[in-house]
Formats: sequence, C-alpha cells, structure tokens
Amino acid sequence: MGLIDRISTTVKAKINKILNKFEDPRETLDYSYEKQLELLQNVKRGVAEVTTAKKRLELQKIKLEQNVQKLDEQARGALKAGREDLARIALERKTTSQGEIDNLVKQIADIGKEQEKLVATEKSLSAKIETFRSTKETIKAQYSAAEAQVKITESVSGISEEMSDVGIAVQRAQDKTEDMKARASALDELVESGTLEDVTGGTKDDIDRELSKIKSKSEVDEQLESLKKEMGK
Amino acid sequence: MIVRLMGEGQYEIDKKHLDAVNKIDNNIVKIVNNQDEKAVEAAFKSEYKKLIDHVRKNGKKIPDEIIKPSDIIIPPADLTLEEARKIFTGEGLIPE
Repeated sequence: MGLIDRISTTVKAKINKILNKFEDPRETLDYSYEKQLELLQNVKRGVAEVTTAKKRLELQKIKLEQNVQKLDEQARGALKAGREDLARIALERKTTSQGEIDNLVKQIADIGKEQEKLVATEKSLSAKIETFRSTKETIKAQYSAAEAQVKITESVSGISEEMSDVGIAVQRAQDKTEDMKARASALDELVESGTLEDVTGGTKDDIDRELSKIKSKSEVDEQLESLKKEMGK
Repeated sequence: MIVRLMGEGQYEIDKKHLDAVNKIDNNIVKIVNNQDEKAVEAAFKSEYKKLIDHVRKNGKKIPDEIIKPSDIIIPPADLTLEEARKIFTGEGLIPE
C-alpha cells in the first residue's frame, strides 16, 4: 500500500466515524458546522501565534545587529588604545552574534512562509464554511427527499476532509512555532548580554570600563604633558 | 478525479495522469523503507516533489467555495521523511 492509499484510508475512516455518529443526518450537519467554527477559531489562534513568534525573532535580530555594531566600535576603540586582547574578545563575540543573525534570517523566512500558508488556509476555510452553511439550510428544508440524504453524505464528507486537512496544517504550524520559540529562548541570553559580559564572567560593560580606564589614563597623561610644557620643564 | 494536496487544496485531474502518480507513490514506498538515512532523505524529497508537481501541473484547482470529497488524498508538500514513516507505522498524521 502506498503513501497515498494509507493517508486516504485514514481520512475516510475518520469521516465515516462522524457520519455514523448521529441517527438523524440533520444532526450531523449541525454538529459538523459547530466543529467547523471551532476549527476556524483554532486557525485564527494559529495565525496569531505564528505572527507573535515571528515578531520576537525579528526583534532579536535587530538587537543582535545593534550588538554587532557596538562590538565593532569596541574592537576599534580597544585597538586604538593598544589593547589587542580586548579587541580580540570583542571581535570573537561579534562573529558569534553575526552567525546567529544569519540563522535568524533563515528562521524568519521559514516562519513567514508558515504564516502565509495559515492565512491562506483561514481564507479558504472561511469560504468553505460559508458554502456549507447555506447548503446545510437548503438540505434541511428538503430533508424528506431521498436525494437530501445523498447531499448530506457528500457535503459532510467533503467538509470533514477539509477539516482534517486544516487540522493537520494548524497542528504542524503550531509544532513549528514551538520549535521557533524554544530557539528564540535559547538566543535570549546572547541577545541580552549584547556586548561583553557572561563570556568572561565579567560585568556588563567590562570592555567599556577597560577602555574608559585607558582613556582617562591617557587623558591624565596628556594633561600632564601639557602641564609640563606650560611650565617649561 | 479529484485529488487533494493537503495544506494546499483540491485539484481536478484527468484519470490518464494517475498512472504516473501511482508509479511515483510506489517509488516512495521503496525509498522510505530503505535504511540508509542520508540517501533516503534526498531521494524522498526529490521523488515527493515530483508527485506534487505532477498534480499541480496536470490538475485544475477547485475553487474554495466548492465542497467535494476527494478520490485521492496526498499528504502535505513539505512532508518530512519522519512524518512519512509515521504514516507507514500507522500513527498517521491525523490527530484524533
């Protein structure tokens, strides 16, 4: 049995369960409609979750880009002051952050695709639900006729299949979103630590502090020099 | 015949195009059951893409407002090998 047969059989078995659930087929229609509205809510929630996850990744990217810029400035400053060791640390961190930015770009693109898919799903499901609603009313009005029975089976089968499909799409989108969230949390530390901290176990701006020490030292030196000149020594 | 590409929608496709679908489907079964992970992943991806592309190319998209059961249901286009294996072990993709 192929992949297609297996999935088709599973979906059809599920649909039969729904069709056999009620003795009065009209109840099947109402039950199915109720489930459709629930599912549509789920899809909407899915869209919101994916959108939030995407925003979070985008924010992380912006922060990391700022870090890269600052680390670059720190490296320059350190080198100017003749502190190659500090410059090296800053550049190492810059490279790490840059690597994470590259990963984020890919992840943001992935989740963007997921978002587009879900939005399209929401649109098509809404259209189907609307069709189902009007068909349902028509069928109910003519229920005594034998053909109504056939119509019920057909539309409930059709919409149930759609619902299975959408259900899976939402489930998969949620799984992916969870993955993204986990990765975003793992990145939080790097994003927040920003420039030089944690890696050396030092305080937030240990590079800045070192640099300002050097700066003040050289300023003192300079002042000392000019003082010496002034006094003609 | 009506074919559903899961996550994408339904297509109306002429019966004559279904032989190719079955052939690719059978290939996929062989691939998924193979044990060599790396070779499997690549082969599965390319074969599966062929399947989906064949339906997209030869089928006509059915509008959103039409509700009809499909004759054939094809799992999502971005199906992973892991998910394909689940379908074969009977766990399926469909949550209860």
